[in-house]
Amino acid sequence: MKLRGRALVSGSAEGVALSSLEPIGFLGGVDPETGIVIEQGHALEGECVAGRILVFPTGKGSTVGSYTIYRLARNGVSPAAIINANGDAVTTVGAIIASIPMIDQVDVSLIRTGMVVSIKEDLIEVE
Amino acid sequence: MIKKEVDLTPEERAMLQGSSGEAASKAMEIIMALARVYGARKLVPVASAQIAGVSYMNLGDAGLEFLLEWADAGAQVCIPAMLNPAGMDLTAWQSLGIPRSFAHKQRMVVEVYTAMGIQPTCSCTPYLAGHVPEFRQHLAWSESSAVSFANSVLGARTNREGGPSALASAMVGRTAEYGLHLDDCRLAHHKIDVRCSISSLSDYGALGYLVGQRVSNGIPYFCFRDAPWTGTTWGVGELPPEPLISGLKLLGAAMAASGAVALYHVDGLTPEARMGDMLASDAKIMRIDDLSKGYSALNSPVNNIDLVSIGCPHASLDEIRWVGELLDGKQITSDLWVTTSRNTREEAESQGLVECIEAAGGQVVADTCLVVSPVKMLGYHSLATNSAKMAFYAPSHVGLQVRFGSLEQCIQEATTGKWE
Repeated sequence: MKLRGRALVSGSAEGVALSSLEPIGFLGGVDPETGIVIEQGHALEGECVAGRILVFPTGKGSTVGSYTIYRLARNGVSPAAIINANGDAVTTVGAIIASIPMIDQVDVSLIRTGMVVSIKEDLIEVE
Repeated sequence: MIKKEVDLTPEERAMLQGSSGEAASKAMEIIMALARVYGARKLVPVASAQIAGVSYMNLGDAGLEFLLEWADAGAQVCIPAMLNPAGMDLTAWQSLGIPRSFAHKQRMVVEVYTAMGIQPTCSCTPYLAGHVPEFRQHLAWSESSAVSFANSVLGARTNREGGPSALASAMVGRTAEYGLHLDDCRLAHHKIDVRCSISSLSDYGALGYLVGQRVSNGIPYFCFRDAPWTGTTWGVGELPPEPLISGLKLLGAAMAASGAVALYHVDGLTPEARMGDMLASDAKIMRIDDLSKGYSALNSPVNNIDLVSIGCPHASLDEIRWVGELLDGKQITSDLWVTTSRNTREEAESQGLVECIEAAGGQVVADTCLVVSPVKMLGYHSLATNSAKMAFYAPSHVGLQVRFGSLEQCIQEATTGKWE
């Protein structure tokens, strides 16, 4: 399957999808040391975002979340890429300062956890 | 490289491509990305930036590393820029009990910002510390209550920026033109019919708490039946007189805490409402008959108060004076922090107000705010305040039990140890 979105942060990446239909808030939602989702009751609680193609509708929560994304990257546990339905300011700014490829305007329900995904610029290939 | 969809000037395009260095190019990338996320067609020059992400408590080592890296890449601001409150008084931190390790990191944060050319005015009320924006001037400000005050009371134009985006704007002197930068996005869709009287500063906060909860990120238009400022006028673009300035500051701060209100209008009072019709024809109407629900929601059943907090947002000179008058000749039993900007503290000191408050046992604390300081490390468990914003955040952000009431009640608590 091939999907085309909008490249908010250009780049290429490959990995296994970790997909959620719930928004993700990075500050307090993802542990910046381990990359594990720690928000209680979140669909991805306990999963690790490190090296994954992280797929979710949009971001939520504090603007400090941008720094959490940067911290994930510094600790080597950031996602390989981010795919959103609608990119929000917190996630997008975080992806820019952490240099994580990010694409939005994608029907995120089509990409499920475990699928192998590669992205290049605004193009997504799902195996 | 981000594809061009936003209409850039040749100068902006050159900055994006690195003509002003690597750091400015990254800053342009951030602003371009926001322009695309929010569908802006172009960028707009901004007169000043107010940058959040100053307290080491919120930034942590990651934020500090990011700032150091950006400074290494040559980050320099090109417009007046100032900072949000830090996690401590930058000079008197020891007497507040701030641990040395925290103070060291906090000073590094402020030093790296200063190295970028940013003024170390660590305040949530830059408009009381010499930065009064002009009517219709575009800004890139972060702090939610300062954003509300600049938009509403002064008629300037700013969205609520995150820390990195405000810093990016300071470096390239621009922001994306969307949201509150546009005329069409400044109309109110909620009419707030206030039927009860507003008789104290904390009443403005209680009202703001109730309205923010209801309108979320909408724009409210207030009509007061019994306006407490009848007869008061001030020029467009000027600060209003006291006590109105403090009242509007507390109103906006509360709405930005319980909701995400970045702009409000007051019929016959705020500049845009005086100059034109700012109420949408399909506005929903909300009626406020009394404020008791606001007060009850913000009070926990606690009677032993460790700390009385005045100055959220940062106290004006007159607020410090009122505290001094209430304390005159008394001794307090709880701790008292009056938080303010460095600039206002210096004025208060020259008028003998700091001495008066200190003589009663209180402190006038500059550069910081209880919500962003390591309060738990200082051993406080309960707090009394006249600020609805502080009462809203203290339980969730710093784990304190809260009493919320008038300035008189707060000072009475501090002197008698009883909340009445």
